[in-house]
Amino acid sequence: MPTLTTAATHPITGVARRGLYLDSVDDLKHMALRVRRDIITLLAEAGSGHSGGPLSITDFGTALYFHEANLDPENPAWPDRDFIVWSVGHCTPVHYALLAEKGFFPRRDLLKFRKFDGHLQGHPHRLDTPGVEVSTGSLGQGISAACGIAYGSKMDRHPRRVWSFNGDGEQQEGSVWEAAMFAAHYRLDNLIQVLDYNEKQIDGDVADVMNIAPLDQKYKAFNWNVISCDGHDWGEILQAYAEAGKLYRSGRPTVIIFHTVMGKGVSFMEGKAEWHGKPPKGEEVVIALKELGTTEADWRADLMSGEG
Amino acid sequence: MNLAKPEMKKTREGFGKALVELGESNPQVVVLVGDLSESTMVNFFAEKFPERFIQVGVAEQNMMTVAAGLSLVGKIPFLSTYGAFASCRSLDQVRVTLCYGQLNVKIGGAHGGISVGPDGATHQAMEEISIMRAMPNMTMIVPADFQQTRKATLAAAAMHGPVYIRFGRENVPVVTTVDTPFELGRGIEMAPGGDLAIIACGVMVYEALVAREELLKEGIEARVINLHTLKPLDTEIIVKAARETGALVTAEEHQVHGGLGGAVAECTARMHPVPVEMVAVYDRFGQSGKPDELMAAFGLKSKDVVARAHDVLKRKRRAAA
Repeated sequence: MPTLTTAATHPITGVARRGLYLDSVDDLKHMALRVRRDIITLLAEAGSGHSGGPLSITDFGTALYFHEANLDPENPAWPDRDFIVWSVGHCTPVHYALLAEKGFFPRRDLLKFRKFDGHLQGHPHRLDTPGVEVSTGSLGQGISAACGIAYGSKMDRHPRRVWSFNGDGEQQEGSVWEAAMFAAHYRLDNLIQVLDYNEKQIDGDVADVMNIAPLDQKYKAFNWNVISCDGHDWGEILQAYAEAGKLYRSGRPTVIIFHTVMGKGVSFMEGKAEWHGKPPKGEEVVIALKELGTTEADWRADLMSGEG
Repeated sequence: MNLAKPEMKKTREGFGKALVELGESNPQVVVLVGDLSESTMVNFFAEKFPERFIQVGVAEQNMMTVAAGLSLVGKIPFLSTYGAFASCRSLDQVRVTLCYGQLNVKIGGAHGGISVGPDGATHQAMEEISIMRAMPNMTMIVPADFQQTRKATLAAAAMHGPVYIRFGRENVPVVTTVDTPFELGRGIEMAPGGDLAIIACGVMVYEALVAREELLKEGIEARVINLHTLKPLDTEIIVKAARETGALVTAEEHQVHGGLGGAVAECTARMHPVPVEMVAVYDRFGQSGKPDELMAAFGLKSKDVVARAHDVLKRKRRAAA
């Protein structure tokens, strides 16, 4: 397992580090557990939203927000920040949980997810929520926006890295491949796509709905660096990010394909496409939170208790 | 100006020239193109500022959103492609990333209108006004000539938010001068008149001015308004014309549904109802042909404006009787 560091400057980009960093795998694992509890609790409160993708993203998403990326929750518009674009817009439950845990807004706000009087839209909106860079929700657009941010950063010789969260079903959008061509053509090695390959989409298995395999070979053919790993194995996750860091000046964009399980962490959701777009309800909430080591009452109280 | 023998110049050249001016005055201005550098005249910018010129290839959806990303790191991106693609092919990107996100991207929609000519229906964009007007946060401009396109392009750079500028392919009459004021969202009264008002945009401003001369021979005084900004709409100049003349004719090289005529009718219906007649393309696709024969065949010449003026005056008299 790679050595973690909380050096004063970012070990890859050299930019001064800001925000909360977790410097041990145990702390990261614990944060991922908190994020999963947040996801179930906010979905239960909202009564609508996506469960499957957010839970499959949680582990490598936590690693990105709490170890890899350089963000300043006190100043979301910090000019030297890394940019994280959520091309897979519907994964707001994990997106918002990560932002709240990182400190972009109070955790109690998570209970206003999808509500009229909250600031957390069903799909992310940059003008409503601190830490959201691009308004997304129509699949395939965020990766192009990330290309533009990466290109502009290179024009300015700014060392930041630009991250794009993408889904596997999303790879069926044609414009993803327009962006893939652009990123390689302009050697955007400051761009890293983190791809959640949980093999499920709304209508069933990705392989049955519209097969995207072999995805690694497609990206290699598009002149990208390709890293593949188990998206729930902490050693592999951190190793994948470390490898991506070594490719920072490689002259090619990088995709990390995280092989994951839809609904990871909640037994009755794991590997089931039906959990793509619905929230747990009633007894399902009780079981899910029990499996995550808490209760709805306790975790709501935790969310309401303040910033911690 | 000499209406019988006007100076002729391309509106797209106004776009291309303004981009060079912007390139010189503002280092944050960047230009993207989808494999149409010469025909959208961004090649002037490319030659002078190659390091700020981004070729995206035939990929309009990606171009629209790459431009959005560039705006997020402080660039002022102008992109150019044909209006048919800018308004339709990449519309989802315009709607979600640009308009919903309120990003500072400027769209140059070239080859608008039937006057594109021999390329035919696929390349004759005639829906941009309706489409872009329906998008919250969008600013939509249809300049009348070379100078106005140049000024509209400069004005687009000076404001924050998404802007769509529509311009054409052909040489068109120059109806404004370098000194004609230009303010976004403010129409221009080109000629006075109290019997009716002709509200026009794009090349139809010239046709309206010619129609005005014809009507004068019959003793009819038509006010001519150059309504270059379709959104936000200058309701003041429209309501004033409706109140003072009681009869309006709109003229646009665009589909009749939801365009300039629609915008004016929405405004007058709510604020000062008067008869409105519309010179426009009546719900049909274009076809190949010479620009001038197409303008005539699709009812977009000064004689069509004169005919609609007579129609609207009849309705005005009937309403008064």
